[in-house]
Amino acid sequence: MGDGYLTDMTESELKKDLENGTLDAATKGRIPSLSEDELRHLFEIFSNPSRFVSVEPGNEVILSFDGGTHKIYRLGVNTGRIHNFQLMERAIGADTMETGHLDYCFKAAKTLIFEEQQELEQALLVTMLPIFYGAMPNLGVYSQPDGPFPNPAELLPQGKIKEARAAQEETVEMAVRDMVSVATSLYEVGADGINFDTTGAAGDPDFLATLRATRILKEKYPQMCIELGMSSEFVLGMHGELEFDGVRLAGLYPQDQMKLAEKAGVTIFGPAINSVTNKSCAWNVARAVTFVKPCVERGRIPVHANMGMGVGGTPVAEYPPADAVSRASKAMAEITRLDGL
Amino acid sequence: MGMAITHSIASGMGGVRTAGDLVGRMQMTRGMKIREAKEYVAGKLRVSVADLSDPVTMAEVRGDLDLGRIRSIPKFSKGIDAKFRIAELLGIEINCVKLFKQRVGRGF
Repeated sequence: MGDGYLTDMTESELKKDLENGTLDAATKGRIPSLSEDELRHLFEIFSNPSRFVSVEPGNEVILSFDGGTHKIYRLGVNTGRIHNFQLMERAIGADTMETGHLDYCFKAAKTLIFEEQQELEQALLVTMLPIFYGAMPNLGVYSQPDGPFPNPAELLPQGKIKEARAAQEETVEMAVRDMVSVATSLYEVGADGINFDTTGAAGDPDFLATLRATRILKEKYPQMCIELGMSSEFVLGMHGELEFDGVRLAGLYPQDQMKLAEKAGVTIFGPAINSVTNKSCAWNVARAVTFVKPCVERGRIPVHANMGMGVGGTPVAEYPPADAVSRASKAMAEITRLDGL
Repeated sequence: MGMAITHSIASGMGGVRTAGDLVGRMQMTRGMKIREAKEYVAGKLRVSVADLSDPVTMAEVRGDLDLGRIRSIPKFSKGIDAKFRIAELLGIEINCVKLFKQRVGRGF
């Protein structure tokens, strides 16, 4: 299930969930649903009795990560980030890797930028795989009491819509400055790329700030690789009237998010499709694959779908089961023909 | 971590164990889609696209070209020196390699 619990399904229940999952995405995103062949392929993946499934040889894709080097010491394993780079490179076989501040937002990273530069510079000397520096735009931390601006979540229930919007617009300006400043500092010590992760978590202001920061950075450093990973399939209209290049951001679905990312100069786009916990994994994967497929077909840039916990058809569980994750992984790679996860 | 390991085995290229890092670099530096990136790297390594995900073949190829391998082998490239060779082979600029050259003041 979408919450990670094991469930049994009959063949007809499985088929019905796959059909309903793709239909849900097609209806909401106004995109084509999966074909009969694609649904059959999904059915084979989910009805396979093996604990673990994988792509056929030749269908492998590139893996990029969010918070990659954090994942080991978050387990309570006493390693540092440079050790973790080496473990991910040599033990896990990661194609690329990422580091970032443990709090994983640009605002927090800015205050410790020297240490971030210092550790990345040393990691680059002892590793071979490409390294991203990543963080969340996380515009929520700019609101009171954590940040300097009035809190839109408090203003909106009071009917102070104009004030809430003004606060969000000021937040965008400061967040852009932080993202550009931190990304510049890490790129200038050798980062291979910058990962704007969980973009849009605070709604349309969050997405706007990231698009603006991307455009500034690409004008400054045309060679810089920027990966933009989203937080959800739908841009929440927390402001509602923000635009980028004349396009209203609120309400955009992945294929339209990707078009703006391309225009801003993003190198790799990461659509994020949220998992629904009371639906089956089959339903969630069919839905996620349906949303991601048009991004791959219509995009000029590589697409790395978000497949971490709770997105891309993976269950919302502290320890997502490998049988569910491997099925989501194979389905996403083989049906959408995307470039990475 | 469990998810990273699962994805790595289920659908990842294998990183330095194979040619995953090299294909990844072509996506990052040239914005290549997966098929184009694999064909580009296979051409540079003079292997087939299928070979790129084969750890046995790629260990030999990486050893012959001294591009760095999973094991840190004395007298062979590793870390930044492997990336010097990767940049040259793929015809790309690797940011930290460029900066390293600037720091040691050599044109290479």
